[in-house]
Amino acid sequence: MRLDVLDRGHPLPTKALFGVIRVMSRQPVVDAVKLAFYRKDFYGAGDLTHEAMRGPSAWSVGDRELMAASVAQANQCPFCIAAHSATSGLWYDDDAKVAATLADLDTAPIEESLRATLRMLGKLSREQSIDADDIRTVLDAGVTPAQIEDALAVCLAFNITARLANAFDFTVVGAAAMTAGAKHLLKRGYR
Amino acid sequence: MTDITQLHRELVNRVLDSDAQAPRELRRAAFDNAGLDEPVRTLIDKVARRSYRVTDEDAAAARAAGLSEDQIFEIMVCGAVGAADRQYESALAALAEATGGR
Repeated sequence: MRLDVLDRGHPLPTKALFGVIRVMSRQPVVDAVKLAFYRKDFYGAGDLTHEAMRGPSAWSVGDRELMAASVAQANQCPFCIAAHSATSGLWYDDDAKVAATLADLDTAPIEESLRATLRMLGKLSREQSIDADDIRTVLDAGVTPAQIEDALAVCLAFNITARLANAFDFTVVGAAAMTAGAKHLLKRGYR
Repeated sequence: MTDITQLHRELVNRVLDSDAQAPRELRRAAFDNAGLDEPVRTLIDKVARRSYRVTDEDAAAARAAGLSEDQIFEIMVCGAVGAADRQYESALAALAEATGGR
């Protein structure tokens, strides 16, 4: 963690909660949790992320976690790629599908609507903007405008989160901690 | 469908206008990634456009320039939220154009 306040600046009740998390999960408290609990009255993006990732949508939770991993990949964010690949893979019960999508979107075993959407989100995340033609390509793949809006909400949440994970230098923890985190995100979400 | 409209507005308002430690003008400049002086300019430009390039030295330079850790935290959050916000608004405008505002 690049800033000491994010590691050690939490008030005592939050530190006590972190102690409980460490004991119950038998894993270290990951940096994403430390950020989420730091000065919620200033940043506190948990509710936004939760609505984007778990609110009512034609996209499944697994699809949205895959979008998050894909946006993280466009941001070159190792922490978020690992965390949301694990969560998506757990939801689909198919880690290989997630790995194949991140390795080569063109040949991945996913529906064309999701492929076109991931391509659009990747372009937006890498190039900072997209135009109406990019949107029309996604519509032509059978994606509804409502689904595009939902995907853009995921993209907003993770273009913030991945930037901060990189900027604050989140530690990529081991597979066991990532799996524990993925189970928690599927059970409780982001709030 | 999901609805983040209100939550998105509240997040932007919090980071820009709440009582925090960095001056509002500095937070606004970090959000816009515009009008900043070094060394904060380099730090925030990296957060906004290539976050994987942010280094310990970038943060140390901001500390050496007199910013507290909490102020650095705030402007880095503003830089990230602002950049993501511009991407999001670009995409919503493209969607509105493609669908004719339907």
